[in-house]
Amino acid sequence: MLQPLIYDIGAPGRIGVNLPPSDVPEAEMPVDLLREDLPLPEVGEVQVVRHFVKLSHLNYSIDKGLYPLGSCTMKYNPKINEDAARLPGLAQLHPLIEETGAQGALYLMHELQRWLGEISGFDAVSLTPAAGAQGEFAGILMIRNYHLDKGDGQRDIILVPNSAHGTNPATVTMAGMRVHELPSNEQGNVDLDALREACQGEMRDRIAGMMITVPSTLGLFESTILEVIDAVHDAGGLMYMDGANMNALMAVVKPGELGFDVMHYNLHKTFSTPHGGGGPGSGAVGVNEKLRDYLPGPIVDVVDEADESGAPLYGFVMPEKSIGRMKAFHGNFGMHLRAYAYIRVYGDSGIRDVTRYAVLNANYLRAKLMNTYKLPYPRYCGHELVLEGHFDDVEEVHALDISKRLMDYGFHPPTNYFPLIVPEALLIEPTETEVKEDLDEFVEAMEKIAEEARSEPDLLLNAPHTAPVRRLDEVLAVKQLVLCCAPALPAAGE
Amino acid sequence: MSYIPHTEAETGEMLAAIGVDSIDGLFDAVPESHRFPSLDLPPPMSEMEVAAEMLAISEVNDHGQDYAMFRGAGAYHHFIPSVVNHILLRGEFYTAYTPYQPEVSQGTLQATYEYQSMMCALTGMDAANASHYDGATSLAEAVTVALEVGRHKRRKIILSHAIHPQYREVARTYHQGRDVRIIGDRGQAGMIELVEMLDENTAMLAVQYPSFFGQIENIAALAEAVHEVGALLVVVANPMALSLLRSPGELGADIVVGEGQPMGIPLSFGGPYLGYFAIRRKYVRKIAGRIIGETLDADGKRAFVMTLRPREQDIKRERATSNICTNQGLMALAASIYMALMGKNGLRKVGELNYHKAHYAAERINQLDGFSVDMSKPFFNEFVVACPGNVGDINRALLEEGIIGGLDLGQHYFHLEDHMLVCVTETNSKEEIDHLADVLEGLS
Repeated sequence: MLQPLIYDIGAPGRIGVNLPPSDVPEAEMPVDLLREDLPLPEVGEVQVVRHFVKLSHLNYSIDKGLYPLGSCTMKYNPKINEDAARLPGLAQLHPLIEETGAQGALYLMHELQRWLGEISGFDAVSLTPAAGAQGEFAGILMIRNYHLDKGDGQRDIILVPNSAHGTNPATVTMAGMRVHELPSNEQGNVDLDALREACQGEMRDRIAGMMITVPSTLGLFESTILEVIDAVHDAGGLMYMDGANMNALMAVVKPGELGFDVMHYNLHKTFSTPHGGGGPGSGAVGVNEKLRDYLPGPIVDVVDEADESGAPLYGFVMPEKSIGRMKAFHGNFGMHLRAYAYIRVYGDSGIRDVTRYAVLNANYLRAKLMNTYKLPYPRYCGHELVLEGHFDDVEEVHALDISKRLMDYGFHPPTNYFPLIVPEALLIEPTETEVKEDLDEFVEAMEKIAEEARSEPDLLLNAPHTAPVRRLDEVLAVKQLVLCCAPALPAAGE
Repeated sequence: MSYIPHTEAETGEMLAAIGVDSIDGLFDAVPESHRFPSLDLPPPMSEMEVAAEMLAISEVNDHGQDYAMFRGAGAYHHFIPSVVNHILLRGEFYTAYTPYQPEVSQGTLQATYEYQSMMCALTGMDAANASHYDGATSLAEAVTVALEVGRHKRRKIILSHAIHPQYREVARTYHQGRDVRIIGDRGQAGMIELVEMLDENTAMLAVQYPSFFGQIENIAALAEAVHEVGALLVVVANPMALSLLRSPGELGADIVVGEGQPMGIPLSFGGPYLGYFAIRRKYVRKIAGRIIGETLDADGKRAFVMTLRPREQDIKRERATSNICTNQGLMALAASIYMALMGKNGLRKVGELNYHKAHYAAERINQLDGFSVDMSKPFFNEFVVACPGNVGDINRALLEEGIIGGLDLGQHYFHLEDHMLVCVTETNSKEEIDHLADVLEGLS
């Protein structure tokens, strides 16, 4: 163990905060309702600071170096956005304040809705979903209710390619619908024949829609995307775009103009809001006219046009046939304001550069690594590339071993074993904020690892050697299931 | 180019390595008819200009630094020690992602494990997950767990009307596609009426503790009735109130969920917040979301790892019970730091300050002509005030005096027109409370 648990430091009676005495008379307490013990740590302020600083040193982060975790878009998180989020007028704004008292926040949300709609070619946007997965859930519920309203309640099947993120099929189940999985062809595209068979066969009247990621989870633009969209629309289904890979599309193509009916955005990927060690995310959802009235609410609209002073009044409205609220209040506003500041910096002439350089960086890595690692799809990639992390001449080495060895070279590993359709996948996404020198160092590390795999495979098999801990026993974790170190409390019925 | 570091020379070298003439040449697979649209966005801005604009936007809002805040209703204005923000601003924490690679993520993993431990301590439960999006979605996920425990044979979900109205809305949003009936909250059913709704078809019954109206009821008897029919008792609890109150676990709850925002997380116009989720050990394999467990590394050192992974969507896909992928990692860290700083002694003291100040305010307001406070049950830091007139008008008058008044309950409950839900925390001074009472007196 590297740093003791917070419960294992401190001393009885110690406290980390200096609180004021009460300036009001003490009221009588309802003794029989009060707890006897509050088993929390007893540590001082300096101890708390040091504890968490020491823990922080055990983490890898974007601020430390290249974080090429495919499909997660680990780009630089601008510091100015953190300052903005901490302005008292934003950080201390109550969500249930009168709308007249929140015009700044509502203006910001209204602009962000419009900008996101413009970037993706959609007519309306709701910012309420708390994460990409919630955006997906909102999208599928909208599709479901759209068909229900049209008297098409039998449409309960959502087509999902086998390269999809796991959230896609899980979302379909949550919405009470069924998944029909589609195979991919050897170019990594959806198998059009299988799609047409599904759309024209006996399943036709049950097709509610299709979820697809663009570019695909292999980092490839689906060159037949227009045919895919047509086939599903012909069958009466709607098209959902998983916007996880939007960093490859900004000002390059608008999904709404391609014919998509609904998509979600990951503000924490494309629009630079920090990943926070696993969240918070933010998963706005955009739709065309067909689904506008079904958006999750509330959304921000102008509720009173400009008066003499020229300022319109913004307010929250629930769309007419809304699928409802996705969370309490109105989305992760702290993420909205960061995304707002981010888009503001690039503006109309700059936002395309985000995508252009993200795609340049990925293709540069592809060109540099394709002779060392197997490249399953030999064509230009989008913002990320997939390699096969194994060597025909050293069978015992797997993608995971390459990943662990990368830690020794000072890099965070790529995404492993996803997409599932590529054996030993290494999904590498450098993002546009990475400088060429660092990409070259990464290439060099990957080349050295390929050499080591042949000359000294144990170096890989036992990696990492320099990380704070060695490989972990995940089976033991499940077997012993120690999830909590707090002192046990007496509990009723036990 | 803002956050893009490429020089022209480097771009040229990279294009040469790829073997393409221009960056735009990399986009051939995008249908030409739709390639490179123009965008109607405002022009770019420098950092200096963005900073000025964000400040200008922030200053238009009525916020807790400029006003005395007496509004809660699910989002609370509490003191946040400076240490919390300083630790959150460490790039090692906020620019990391999900600890998929535990060897280089022990900081996030151990902090989350400690968060789980402290949530267990507060709630009296055996296990907690790494968090959900907010209190409302935690409740919706509790419904899913209850349906799983009842093997989808029990389809009735009973919710008290005294659960936050938006939490109940979210539970309905989540489960609209499923064969489940959510009842109990259309009228004003109290504990006795809720118990009457229980039957063999009931998967769970949920109450809020303290209730949305601030009141504390002993839920031990309720737990007994719920368990008698084989259902689960779900308690939506304000963690700040648990600094003083008997834990829901002690009183017989099976699942405790709620909003962690009161512990170290700013109001931030409603998010990001922290949905905590704690449960009895026997149901732990049914829960959604990330869970951190203890294990050993190859050298036998204690370390932490995401565990029970096969429940999750990226592995189980369409057979997963939830699609949740992220948690509220950084918000859980904020709560961890807050709970560690306050600790056993400090958190109780904050709870007491809330209790005493709220009771002082209630006494003062109750003495005013035309105003009366519902004191029929014990309360923590929120209480309902019957007002002599329209709450909107009263709040407008308060705002002019530098006070953000309580929530207009009439907007959420038909029977509570002209009623205000007032919240008083440790941040409200006696002076502010007296000022509130004085201004209200002038209105009666």
